[in-house]
Amino acid sequence: MPLTEAPLLEATGLVRAYGRRRALRGVDLSLAAGETLVVLGPNGAGKTTLLRLLAGLMRPTGGEVRVMGLPLKSGDTNARRPIGLLSHQSMLYDDLTVAENLLFAAGLYGLLSPREAVARALEEAGLSDRAADLPRNLSRGMQQRAAIARALLHRPSLLLLDEPFTGLDASASDRLRESLRAETIKRSGMVVVTHHAAEAWELATHVGVLVGGRWAIRETRPDNLDHFLRRYQEAVRA
Amino acid sequence: MPEALRLALLIAAKDLRVELRAKTSLVSAGVFAALVLVIFEFARDPTAIGATELAPSILWVTFAFAAVIAFNRAFTTEKENAAFDGLLLAPVPRGSLYLGKYLANFVFVTAVESLALGLFVLFFNVDLSDALPGLVGVMLLATAGFVAVGTIFSAMVVRTRFAELMLPVLLLPFMVPPLMAAAQLTSRLLGGRPLSEMAGWLRLLTLYDVVFITLCTLAFSTVVDE
Repeated sequence: MPLTEAPLLEATGLVRAYGRRRALRGVDLSLAAGETLVVLGPNGAGKTTLLRLLAGLMRPTGGEVRVMGLPLKSGDTNARRPIGLLSHQSMLYDDLTVAENLLFAAGLYGLLSPREAVARALEEAGLSDRAADLPRNLSRGMQQRAAIARALLHRPSLLLLDEPFTGLDASASDRLRESLRAETIKRSGMVVVTHHAAEAWELATHVGVLVGGRWAIRETRPDNLDHFLRRYQEAVRA
Repeated sequence: MPEALRLALLIAAKDLRVELRAKTSLVSAGVFAALVLVIFEFARDPTAIGATELAPSILWVTFAFAAVIAFNRAFTTEKENAAFDGLLLAPVPRGSLYLGKYLANFVFVTAVESLALGLFVLFFNVDLSDALPGLVGVMLLATAGFVAVGTIFSAMVVRTRFAELMLPVLLLPFMVPPLMAAAQLTSRLLGGRPLSEMAGWLRLLTLYDVVFITLCTLAFSTVVDE
């Protein structure tokens, strides 16, 4: 398939085992630019494992991940370049200031105007006045904002977000939602893993429910959240 | 500058900046080196054995264990806040990542060795001025080799439990050849022996460096990718 026609993200038959336990049991996924898949599931369903596999931070036991048609292998830097990941942890160095952390990340991605990119990211995250602070001196919510700034710094085409609204107050959550919606409309595709469907519902174009390492539900986002949540509970109980 | 080298230097500079700001490992390794030298100085009988004869063993024992402290630090800073995920996620060739870590470790270990060498001269009151250029050359050559192995082993053990115990157990056997060669060369340098007597050990050190720097660069990807 020519790369231009390839989906932004495509995963086929993803399996990941930890010893004898299989965290994922054959997960398929396809995402085009402008689409947002919200992944829900109970604890241990394989959500974080799925996200780490999609980010290339873990090798699948079986199956394959392609980003813009390129197989996501450890040696392939081109396939990793479009990915932005927000994980449970901030990926920031505690002994570098927030601005230094972002400048370092800008250097890793080879951004042409790193200082401008960092200033813009700090501004968008509402952290311009905390740029010189060490991450450990920030509140939990501020740390989450700094982590989001790092994830979005290089304007990734594929955003992988694990509980992005954790620790954010209402206004920061709204601001992040707006920013993500704008990113998606412009060019990005997103996979959002969350326990709280309502938080990411407005962003979703598709929803998926992982139970026991398999899709229990995967569909276009329905209109009615309450009805969907009832089906979600049934799927988890089944 | 080639992109791979730029990335390696960026990572090395970040590691050194973090270490200079935190200073925890630099202080630990420096204090450890000073402690070992003080113990050796008080334990030896100066009438039975001279400082120059003891120097090779004292120096290289001190360097080796101080280096282990440095290697323990190399990837533990990456564990905090899962910062290493950020490195693995970025479009950085694994070879550049290894080279960056290697360079930072090399600078760090060399700094600790220089400090230990200065303390050795101070405590043992020996004149190393004639042998110093050769000694520095041997230090750099030996350090280049065992830092290569130390860097990859520290990456390997960082995800294990008891990483600080595992590292010396795995690493020290691999450090024996360069330490042996370096101690022999130091002994000959301090004894004022001709270069021809050292050629074999120099060849061994060079070969060790070439083989292990190459192998470790190639194997790094296998070690860091889950």
